[in-house]
Amino acid sequence: MKELICITCPQGCHLKVDDENGYTVTGNRCPRGEAYGRAELIHPTRMVTSTVKCTGGSRPRCPVKTSGPVPKDMVFAVVAALDAVELTAPVRIGQVVLANVCGTGVDIVATKDI
Amino acid sequence: MYDVLIIGCGIVGAAAAFELSKYQVRVGILEKENDVANGTTKANSAILHAGYDPLPGTLMARLNVRGVALARELCQKLDVPYRACGSFVLAFTPEECATLDTLKARGDANGVPGLGILTGDQARSMDPQLSDQVQAALYAPTAAICSPWEYCLALAETAVRNGARLHLETEVTGIEKTGGGWLVHTSQGDFSARYLVNAAGVHADAVHDMAAPHAFTIRPSRGEYYLLDKAEGSRVSHTIFQCPNRNGKGVLVSPTVHGNLIVGPNAAPVEGDDTATTAAGLDFVRTTALKSVPSIAFGQCIRNFAGVRANTEIHDFILQEKDGFVDAAGICSPGLSAAPAIAEYLVQLLNDAGLALEPRPDFVCERHRTRFKELSPAQRADLVAKEPAFGRVICRCETVTEGEILEALHGPIPPRSVDAVKRRVNAGMGRCQGGFCGPRVVEILARELHLHPEDIQQDKKGTWLLWGETKGGSAHV
Amino acid sequence: MYDLIVIGGGPAGLAAACSAWDKGLRSILIVERDQELGGILNQCIHSGFGLQYFKEELTGPEYAARFVDLLSQTGVEVRLDTMVLDITPQREVHMVGKTTGYRVEQARAIVLAMGCRERTRGAISIPGTRPAGVFTAGAAQRYVNVEGYLPGKRVVILGSGDIGLIMARRMTLEGAKVLACVEVMPYSGGLNRNIVQCLQDFDIPLYLSHTVTDIRGKDRVEQVVVSQVGPDRKPIPGTEMIFDCDTLLLSVGLLPENELTQQAGIALDPRTRGAVVYENMETSMPGVFACGNVCHVHDLVDYVTAESQRAGAAAAAYLMEDAKHESRVIEIQNGPGVTYTVPQHIRPQRVDKSCGLFFRVNRICKDSEILVTSGDVPIARFKREHLAPGEMEHITLPRALLDKAGPTLTVSIREVN
Repeated sequence: MKELICITCPQGCHLKVDDENGYTVTGNRCPRGEAYGRAELIHPTRMVTSTVKCTGGSRPRCPVKTSGPVPKDMVFAVVAALDAVELTAPVRIGQVVLANVCGTGVDIVATKDI
Repeated sequence: MYDVLIIGCGIVGAAAAFELSKYQVRVGILEKENDVANGTTKANSAILHAGYDPLPGTLMARLNVRGVALARELCQKLDVPYRACGSFVLAFTPEECATLDTLKARGDANGVPGLGILTGDQARSMDPQLSDQVQAALYAPTAAICSPWEYCLALAETAVRNGARLHLETEVTGIEKTGGGWLVHTSQGDFSARYLVNAAGVHADAVHDMAAPHAFTIRPSRGEYYLLDKAEGSRVSHTIFQCPNRNGKGVLVSPTVHGNLIVGPNAAPVEGDDTATTAAGLDFVRTTALKSVPSIAFGQCIRNFAGVRANTEIHDFILQEKDGFVDAAGICSPGLSAAPAIAEYLVQLLNDAGLALEPRPDFVCERHRTRFKELSPAQRADLVAKEPAFGRVICRCETVTEGEILEALHGPIPPRSVDAVKRRVNAGMGRCQGGFCGPRVVEILARELHLHPEDIQQDKKGTWLLWGETKGGSAHV
Repeated sequence: MYDLIVIGGGPAGLAAACSAWDKGLRSILIVERDQELGGILNQCIHSGFGLQYFKEELTGPEYAARFVDLLSQTGVEVRLDTMVLDITPQREVHMVGKTTGYRVEQARAIVLAMGCRERTRGAISIPGTRPAGVFTAGAAQRYVNVEGYLPGKRVVILGSGDIGLIMARRMTLEGAKVLACVEVMPYSGGLNRNIVQCLQDFDIPLYLSHTVTDIRGKDRVEQVVVSQVGPDRKPIPGTEMIFDCDTLLLSVGLLPENELTQQAGIALDPRTRGAVVYENMETSMPGVFACGNVCHVHDLVDYVTAESQRAGAAAAAYLMEDAKHESRVIEIQNGPGVTYTVPQHIRPQRVDKSCGLFFRVNRICKDSEILVTSGDVPIARFKREHLAPGEMEHITLPRALLDKAGPTLTVSIREVN
């Protein structure tokens, strides 16, 4: 039995995951918690947020995020890949700024109009 | 070749430069830091003492009383925040009541005007938050408060406007006697001058020893302070002292010209210019101050700081001249109060040593800076219409505009650091302590000084703010 | 003359203005001191916003953009880069801006939505030297996320509030080494999820019941000393740990920014440090409302939005309803375990169906009961499995219950076991 704190929302439910019996999750208050508890033990993933360089706009950085979760052990690689990205304003919110980052199948998208 | 080179641009060096700039004298000032007022001058109680503390007959007594009289006029002419708030020395015991009599007699002998001894009730009627344990108080109506760094800056700026040259980041490393005067080695090369003035504050003994046989030792004494939010600024309306003890004037509680409340200092011997605060020191300050004014809300503290006083074993200012080398040393309290009178005295010493004093016909003795916050709505509207930069508020806590920062950057001694901006226009002095405006001030400094933001310092050289640029930039090196 | 002037264009101001527009007000001005709308959300580039309100996980800028979009569909006027300097009792709003000039605008109603600021080193009197390199977490966040600069390379964080935790991860991802997060209380001030994904994910130790007792370094921070504290929160001698670092980030609490409120003579609550408000977020000055972090510090922007919508709607109602319901006033008091409540006053006759009550507890409690008493008589109980000071609590009081209540209601916490 593994104890976890759910990170899917600010409620922070205290989960118990039975890793010896099919990863059954208890302590969750919503289905997202169940999915998180299972995934966290089998193949943990994280959303990544960061910035990329952006010229010609009101600020020198554009905030970005992964379009979905990436494997937890890929987080640093994903962030490093952003060093090479340089945008030019205008940038639209939701715009893909780096497709299929590190071969994860996940895109990096802008989270702000610049 | 200068006629007079002043070493150190704290309040004493700046006052000396100002006084000398009234005459046709080539004046240079060497300052090791990147701004004026960066030592004891920026970290003290900011009080212009009435003059009842020093023993009659001392230089301290004479120059203190004359200095505060000069300060009143100077602060007005040079646009330095100043308030004649008056002061109390409190007595809690019969012994302390006797001390008040001694202080009053001393003050009368020193020529301090208007001293009077009040009962506890009389004192409380003037400052209702005083402790009900107060039995009597010495009232000194001529005590005042000022902005010490702006006072220093105003004197230095005026000297510069009148031809003095200020060399910042120029640290004196050696001094040699030459045929025509003195050769001064510095971190920025050599300077020569006919006369030298040693106004090096806590380092005055070291500077003296470069030029002459050892004569005195500075024994730095650190004082720690609380600066409280403006919400506490009217807790008292006078400067409140307790009876002096062997460590000095003791812990005071005072309004500041910026509207805050200042509480401190303690006194502890330290090495060099160690201005760290300590838990024990701050604790002592807090408990001692509560004896005078029990209602102080220390939860409103916005900053602690410490300053070092340049005490010596001689209980007087050391103002002396030999071979054209003039010491202005041991300028501990009441140095701020006495500064303009010390400057007059130094100039007299130089004159006695042969420096000709031909008045400068075009001497300018005025200074003005825009204080947006203090303008009426109509004046603000006019100003912003003329100069839109005054419409952009950078420091929210103190309502300081971009226009004021730009004005400082185009002044006679432009700021080079975030704290130098603070000392000129008060940005970052308020309750958020630069949390909001810090990054914006960095941006303005970088833009106006054509520097990279990474090169902007918080204060002195070495006080870097930013490690480097993210995203493959210098932060990854 | 505007019907409504909203001071602040962050999440609170945006929601209040949109809501007032929806309720029919047509002359609304938002005054924002920054160069864009969205307030602090613009630098909060991490995700976790909007789960309550939009039922999806957004980043700060995205959450702001949703409301900026909504606003653009209204006729609400916006004045950017403009700072309000004064509010008079006649509801004249003095403001100044680089391009907008100095103006005095008359408002029939005002919503205060100025947000909050961070507590600083001075507020907690950390002894030591005063070198560069001591930043509030929010200032560091601005440098990293907006300006693109890393303020330091080796970092200690004091305070486990959410901004501090978020910055631990953020600076780690940008190449800094975060050595420790230090919290004086025996529990974290931030959300559990942030402890997990910002500290544990990166093996950053969290020292509970510890604090920074000395800052060392002449020019730039060189070391900080961390000591364990006893139950009285005083450092225990002999427990010192020394960290070699160049940066200390402070995440030691937020303070509502109420200078304008205070100048205007509006009553403040020393517990929240915000205005004392009624059930509809109206302050002691009729027609002036307060919402969001200027009223009390929230953990979640979603709650700021909800509260601000109430304030905006109430401002509209204030102007559009001729007859005000006369009402008696119930005062809400803190009982044991509760540090503050918002609102502080409820006018039951002005409550439609029910009134929400927000509050914070002063310690971590398991299996507890929130008890509402009128005088000595319990009139409502709410069960909770988990209560923590870092998490704002919320109960709903039905109108019928309020009608029965006496002149004071007390909210208290009782652990049941």
